[in-house]
Amino acid sequence: MMNTAPLIRMANDIARNLAAGGQDAAISGTVQHIRDFWDPRMKAAILASDRAGLCPIAAAAVERLAG
Amino acid sequence: MGYEPQADFGTPRIDAAAEVSLTIDGRAITVPEGTSVMRAAALAGGNIPKLCATDSVEAFGSCRMCLVEVEGMRGTPASCTTPVAPGMVVATQTPRLEKLRRGVMELYISDHPLDCLTCSANNDCELQDAAAQVGLRDVRYGYAGANHLAEVKDTSNPYFSFDAAKCIVCSRCVRACDEVQGTLALTISGRGFGSQVSAGQAGDDFLSSDCVSCGACVQACPTDALNEKAVAEIGKPERSVITTCAYCGVGCTFRAEMRGEQLVRMVPWKDGKANRGHSCVKGRFAWGYAQHKDRIRSPMIRESIDQPWREVGWDEALAFTASRLTAIKAKHGPRALGGITSSRCTNEEVFLVQKLIRSGFGSNNVDTCARVCHSPTGYGLKTTFGTSAGTQDFDSVEAADVILVIGANPTDAHPVFASRMKKRIRGKDGQPGAKLIVIDPRRIDLVRSPHIAAAHHLPLQPGTNVAVLTAMAHVIVTEGLADEAFIRERCDWDEYQDWARFVADPRHSPEVLEAVSRVPAAELRAAARLYATGGSGFGAAQGRKPNAAIYYGLGVTEHSQGSSTVMAIANLAMATGNIGRPGVGVNPLRGQNNVQGSCDMGSFPHELSGYRHISGGATRALFEAEWGTALDSEPGLRIPNMFDAALDGSFRALYVQGEDILQSDPDTKHVSAGLAAMELVIVHDLFLNETANYAHVFLPGSTFLEKTGTFTNAERRIQMVRRVMQPANGAGDGIGKEGLEDWQVTQALANALGLGWNYANTAQIMD
Repeated sequence: MMNTAPLIRMANDIARNLAAGGQDAAISGTVQHIRDFWDPRMKAAILASDRAGLCPIAAAAVERLAG
Repeated sequence: MGYEPQADFGTPRIDAAAEVSLTIDGRAITVPEGTSVMRAAALAGGNIPKLCATDSVEAFGSCRMCLVEVEGMRGTPASCTTPVAPGMVVATQTPRLEKLRRGVMELYISDHPLDCLTCSANNDCELQDAAAQVGLRDVRYGYAGANHLAEVKDTSNPYFSFDAAKCIVCSRCVRACDEVQGTLALTISGRGFGSQVSAGQAGDDFLSSDCVSCGACVQACPTDALNEKAVAEIGKPERSVITTCAYCGVGCTFRAEMRGEQLVRMVPWKDGKANRGHSCVKGRFAWGYAQHKDRIRSPMIRESIDQPWREVGWDEALAFTASRLTAIKAKHGPRALGGITSSRCTNEEVFLVQKLIRSGFGSNNVDTCARVCHSPTGYGLKTTFGTSAGTQDFDSVEAADVILVIGANPTDAHPVFASRMKKRIRGKDGQPGAKLIVIDPRRIDLVRSPHIAAAHHLPLQPGTNVAVLTAMAHVIVTEGLADEAFIRERCDWDEYQDWARFVADPRHSPEVLEAVSRVPAAELRAAARLYATGGSGFGAAQGRKPNAAIYYGLGVTEHSQGSSTVMAIANLAMATGNIGRPGVGVNPLRGQNNVQGSCDMGSFPHELSGYRHISGGATRALFEAEWGTALDSEPGLRIPNMFDAALDGSFRALYVQGEDILQSDPDTKHVSAGLAAMELVIVHDLFLNETANYAHVFLPGSTFLEKTGTFTNAERRIQMVRRVMQPANGAGDGIGKEGLEDWQVTQALANALGLGWNYANTAQIMD
């Protein structure tokens, strides 16, 4: 399994960049970004992580991806 | 084609709508108003003798060789400084003119070495041509008088020499340095007989002066006074081929001037639409790597990276590579394989590499350095404008009234375009130039250099690009400087209002954001007003809206907020109506020669050619039908993630074309660890670079001089690259015996994997 530290950092960066548009849009945007740009093993790794370092928007996005 | 110097019309082209008809030596001709008689004569097929005139610089009128007679006009005016007039009747060849010219030439030759046969400019010398043209047979004054024949030659510059003994002090070099390059490194020192070309201050030579070795002076020199050392060493070229430089995103077109298989010199092509006849030191002189002794010319393989390399023929190298790729794919799946395309290679080569990875390796693990440097441009401009490229060509800068440079240092990184920009900033014929705004933490040359001074320099803190641009937008919106008519006609009004509300929020004012950016609020407000209005002096006198253009580079894109900054730039341009005509727009200055093209060709792990997302079923179906294989619907790994995956064991083989990732990518330890963890690293390059320390296969590449194809420059202009010499990588008795261009190597590897490609040339790839 890939090291999740860089993935958590990237997810947080994406979430922070989209945060100005409001929480709902930021969560949707983060979900879409990960779907559009991440390799399957990256998605699998962040879904399997404990998600401890994720900011609230990124955590919500990963939660939505898991669902 | 055989060797012919490029035609010289004597004075620059005039772009005027009105035309003038006149008669020259009995021939009727119609030319744009303002054209010189000299240029009109040349366009009519004539050839008025000249020495101080050349069409890269403005007319000077000093040599008195180009005199003509004009009916109804007294005397013998210089044709270079005399504009055409309706009904003018000109004679360029009369007994009176012949006598005058011969007398002038006699004076020139009386103080010039008579060593034509051993001169490196022999048969490529305008002084020699002009002497023949005027029929000079002897010099009545003799050669014993005071002269300059014992002047010491300046050989300090590594690329060219200056021989004052052969200089006729025509000032073409000085004017080229002033007008074309804009460095103003040269001058004429002394007076009268003591006049001579000088580089820099007293005591300077060319190397210690401000000269940047762009070669404009050498190109302008009509004699051997300034000449390339390579010409002296190799001899006069025999033929020339037009091709495109492989250094930066400007995409200068050159004449590669050859003698046999040997490159003698690269001379900027005056018809090149990106460079308009100019060059920088790299394109002009730094091509020695093509024939450097350290180039690797044979394929090499090794079982593991602790073993020495073993030179082999192409057949063995390709078979070794294919068998290893096939074994890794069989054991670990297609997503364990990937590759990196090169923004230094041609569009056709990039296309084939990404095709090989997607259709041959079976994954979308393809990436490029161009994603690192300019994917924010692709994403930001596609989001705002609908297309992943800038909005202007380079000529557009000539119509700009305000130039905003952010996160770019054109004089260092894009010198040929910078020269054009500086020319516009300096102004011409007494007309004011463009006003300049520089947003950069550094005090770059453009902030203040000879005849250039930025109206505003905003030395922001690194990482605050978005804050500064948002503050500028705040000023434009809150002070009523937005172009509402343009926005209503050309943009989405509702979205504009959302944006305007956001930027107008007091927390985005220059005064509040000064704490973050450390840019003085008053200076930022003044810069925003200048960008939006053209300044207080702009108005009814011009009878038009001011043109404001934004140029940006890696100081914008190579940040985590790069895409947001690009979109902020695009929003500024749209809000002020600075889109859609010459002199305005959003202009990304691309780094390498084919950054734009490598992105266009589909080098990103989530996109096929033309920026079409890999998840689109219809898009994939198009490519699957064309390529005859199924494609992975999931995005692949980007370069840093390839190393992450290599360390976890899920990524095991990498094909790297034309990029030294160990030196150029961030986090070298991570890169080296990732490379060391792979089972197969294939490096396809010119030299045994740092990445090759971790490679199992080295495939020798070909330089831009050895290949045919296209590069796409920062303007998105697609330009031809033409092969001027044989690839130096011939090896073995089979395929590749005569050398292979890079696209041929990729095709050979694809065929070793059983893909059955049969491109006969690069045109078939582009088609």
